Order: sequence, then C-alpha cells, then structure tokens
Amino acid sequence: MPRVEFTTNLKRHVVCPSRDIGGASVAEVLGRLFEEDPGLRGYVLDDQGALRRHMNIFVNGEPVRDRKRLSDAVEADTTIYVFQALSGG
Amino acid sequence: MLKPSDIILGTRKGLFILKKNADGWRVETTAFEGVAVTMVFHDRRSNTLFAAVGHGHFGAKLHRSENGGRDWTEIATPAYPPKPDDVPITKHPYTGAEIPWSLEYIWELQAGAEDGHLWCGTIPGGLFHSVDNGASWSLNRELWDKPNRAKWFGGGFDAPGIHSVCVDPRDRNKVKVAISCGGVWCTEDNGKTWEPKTTGMRAEYMPPEQAEDPDAQDPHLMVACPSAPDTLWVQHHNGIFKTDDGAESWTEIKGVDPSVFGFAVAVHPNDPATAWFVPAVKDEMRVPCDKKIVVTCTRDGGASFEKLTNGLPQENAWDIVYRHALAIDETGEKLVFGSTTGNLWTTANGGKTWEHTSAHLPPVYVARFA
Repeated sequence: MPRVEFTTNLKRHVVCPSRDIGGASVAEVLGRLFEEDPGLRGYVLDDQGALRRHMNIFVNGEPVRDRKRLSDAVEADTTIYVFQALSGG
Repeated sequence: MLKPSDIILGTRKGLFILKKNADGWRVETTAFEGVAVTMVFHDRRSNTLFAAVGHGHFGAKLHRSENGGRDWTEIATPAYPPKPDDVPITKHPYTGAEIPWSLEYIWELQAGAEDGHLWCGTIPGGLFHSVDNGASWSLNRELWDKPNRAKWFGGGFDAPGIHSVCVDPRDRNKVKVAISCGGVWCTEDNGKTWEPKTTGMRAEYMPPEQAEDPDAQDPHLMVACPSAPDTLWVQHHNGIFKTDDGAESWTEIKGVDPSVFGFAVAVHPNDPATAWFVPAVKDEMRVPCDKKIVVTCTRDGGASFEKLTNGLPQENAWDIVYRHALAIDETGEKLVFGSTTGNLWTTANGGKTWEHTSAHLPPVYVARFA
C-alpha cells in the first residue's frame, strides 16, 4: 500500500502519523486518510479541495503535478510526502 | 477568567493576554506561539474566547477557549462552499487577477443576534454566520452572490475582505459591515437582504465620475457607538467619515491635524461625539507624521480635534497602528493600541496620558479589552 509521510511542522498542530493507505491516486489515498481524520484535511487542502498554495506534495520524490485535483497515480510502493513550501512562512 | 480590563492581543507571533496588578501590566497568558493571530473575540454572553489564526502554510483556523485562554480547542473553520462550475471566476476589476473562492484570512469576529450566534468576516469578501457558537459556519450567500462583488478589490491584501461587523444592540437583526474595498453594506433582516450605504463617501483614488461609487469605497474600519448606534465612524482610505442617521448619509471630517489618513478608530461607548484615531502619512508612505506617535481625539463630533501626545514618542518613531489594533473599554476611559513594531500603549484617562506598556511584542494585528 502507498505510504503517506507528513512534515514534522504539521505534527505540531494536528496528529498525523505516517500511514499506509490503499488507493490508485494521491486523491484517493488522502481522501481515505481524511475520512478517518477529518480535522487533518483543512491543513493540507483548501476548502475547494485543492492543495494549499504554500504546501507541497511529493510522489516518489517528484512534485505532484495536479495540485487542483491530486489525480497523480500512485503504486503500492509509492511514498507520498506532505511538506510545507518554503514560501508562506 | 477574564475581566473587562484585561487586554487580549493578536499578533504576528501569537496571542497574549495582559492583566494589570499592583506592579503594572503583565503578560499572563500566551497561546499559538509563532503563529499569526489575525482576530480575537471575547463573547461575554458565554464567557467564551475565540482566536482566529493564520498559518502561513496550513491556512486560517479558528479556536475557542472556555477558560479565559488557558486551553484551546480547534473549532470549525468557515469554509466556502464548492464553487459551481457554471459560476464565472471573479476577477480583480483592474488587474484581472483571480479573486479566490476559498478562505484566505479571518478578519473579523462579532456577536450575532442571539446567544451562540456569531458573525465572521473574511478575505476574499465572504461573511459567515454561526448559530452554534462556532461549531459550524455558513456563508451568507445573499451578500456573496451580489453582482457588485465583481467590483470589489483588495486594499492592503490582494483580495477584498470584510473587517468590520456592527450589530445594532437595539435590534440585532440590523447589521452593518464594512469591506476593503467594497464599501458599507447594511441588512435589517439578519442578512437576508443587503443594501450599500455610502452616500457622502468619496474615493479620491478613483476617476472623478466614479469617486462616489459605493463599491469603490475603502473604509479601513467602521465602529458604531454602543449607546447611540445610529452614529458610526469610519476611518476611510482617504479621510474620516461619520454618520448620525444609521449610514443613510455620511459626512466627511476634514482638516484634522496632522492627518486624516490612518487605519484605526475607536468611539466612546456612551458619547457618540467622542472618537479617537491614530493618524499617519497617507497611503504612499504609511509612516507616522513627522515620526511622532500621535492620537487624535474629537469630543464634538469632529468639529475639532485634540492631539494627544503625553507619554507617546515624539521623535524617530516608525510605528503604524493596524485597523483592529486600537480598542476602548466599556467605561470610555481606558484605551489601548499596539503597533507594527511591537509597541503597546495604554491610557486610563481617555488619552490624556499614555503608558508605554510593552516595547517587545511582535507586530500587533488586533487589541481588545476582554
């Protein structure tokens, strides 16, 4: 199953341990995660479901291409990193 | 628990609660260290304290404290509903930049009509309402869907925002909001219908034929006198305006020394003719006039002004006071203001003398008496 890892800076504000969650896209994986933990959603996505302007997601080391719908495909061995951007601080 | 004389500050780097004891003012409580606190509101009806935070990366959030700021619980964030695909994207009327359909910043919190009811003003211009003490929020579509919104634009921020909500204590269904830049909008039915009310205001940053356009007005802050709510004062981008007829007509107050430019205004709770301002050099500079910190005060409805300087720095000062960073207490004698350079001044005699209460705060966004 894809693995999701979060920046420690986010862990200061919300509980977000590393997780293995199934799904075929970043949106599916994170969607399942947010179903289990709704409070986490708004820290990563804006209220329209897009990746926050000053947040970054990396899929196997590459920046996510679809920041609006997070449709980037993932495999069982994919690691999804959720980071804050250098901008926005 | 909070006392009415306690001061609550929202700053670039956290929330602070100051209490005064025999030794003077002390910071008794700190919260959200390192995080911008963009608005604070103490709802005396329920003794509940609210804090709006603006995480640079993680977005705007709301928190609530039931014990005077010691412990906080995150509550629902006002969320814009999904934008329908057939609704066109609103663009800045001059730059063409897209106005986001998404919460950017929480700029105002006020008590609503009934216990547990709250209003929340935001950037990019949405007004939210809660009927459950902030557990959930709904966007006021009647104001958001006004075609006029296409003419609103940001002042200091890129997108327009609602920073002032004045609820009439005689009839709490009557609400007036001020928008930078989008003018003054009024409802008499708790938000079901809205009308712009800016007659008498002018915008000198617009071509002459558009200077009186209601949607182009930039009220920096609007305050209503609690005991005479038909009197409201506005510190506008290019001047000071006052109404004595509930915003039906506005009168410009001219010739105030040293300047009519500023962001903040406070009105005496029991005397609608008395108001305080913190002037600055107008928009292209935004520094104190002659590098002196001055509070101007009128006690005759704007006919004359006194410069209050006793205890305030009169040289080499660069402090600017943001719109929410000046507050007055329920007696009308105590005022507080905080600055962009982290100074805080207080007075207990209407500004005759000021005490330099702190010199080392982060930039102050909002100051409130509890």
